[in-house]
Amino acid sequence: MIGLTHYLVLSAILFIIGVMGVLMRRNIIVILLSIELILTSVNLNLIAFSHFAHNPTGQVFVFFVLTIAAAEAALGLAILVTLYKNLESINVDDVNQLKG
Amino acid sequence: MGLPEIFFYYFAIMAVVTAGFAVTRPNPVYSVLFLVACFFHVAGLFVLLGAEFLAALQILVQAGALMVLYLFVVFLFNLSEAKTARIVHRQAGFAGIVSLILVALMVIFSVQGVFRGPFRELVRPQTTDNVSYVAGALFTDFLLPFELASLVLLVVLFGAIVLGKREEGE
Repeated sequence: MIGLTHYLVLSAILFIIGVMGVLMRRNIIVILLSIELILTSVNLNLIAFSHFAHNPTGQVFVFFVLTIAAAEAALGLAILVTLYKNLESINVDDVNQLKG
Repeated sequence: MGLPEIFFYYFAIMAVVTAGFAVTRPNPVYSVLFLVACFFHVAGLFVLLGAEFLAALQILVQAGALMVLYLFVVFLFNLSEAKTARIVHRQAGFAGIVSLILVALMVIFSVQGVFRGPFRELVRPQTTDNVSYVAGALFTDFLLPFELASLVLLVVLFGAIVLGKREEGE
């Protein structure tokens, strides 16, 4: 019998894979992809609770999370293109102009 | 082990494996393609949880539109040097240890926590199909946030156009 715990553990594992991608990779594209992965794991969590609590609110929130994910990807990629035009690089450790 | 268990474990294991490949591949093109596979398997889990509408949305929006957008941007860049260079950041060791502690804590709390079933006053059982179930909540209780989401998308549209526009005299 698959219970809520199974989904929570799976969601935690996906979340941590995303967090590790954000913290450990140098490539900004992979970092943005990892953020998508984090958002997906949160969606899985919300839908699991919605299913086991018999309440549609979780699914409505997933709808909004998908909206924000699309917005974040579009803006992040636009910023990334601008950054690449200026720096000729897509590695996070080359973006250090604010260090002073 | 019945059919739901088999499907759950198939989707779960494949989602974790493809997510791991997506994060560890040196070439971002493979990362994007593995993430598409991961999103398809997560959509399968959504179907198992009875959220067919969101599974379709996940495939159309996340795996379809967003990942194609990422692929376009990947193809814009010259990535010949990115394949040979070091792929992890300097802080990777410390970040890995902290992430492992975090996942251990999350798994321990998820397993130890007790879900005492749904709160009776919050239960709204699904009597119709999933689309009208979600829409019933979306267009009554959450009408204002729904309209605000369209405003967010409009602002993002303008923002992306302004950011992507060529500077004057360039």
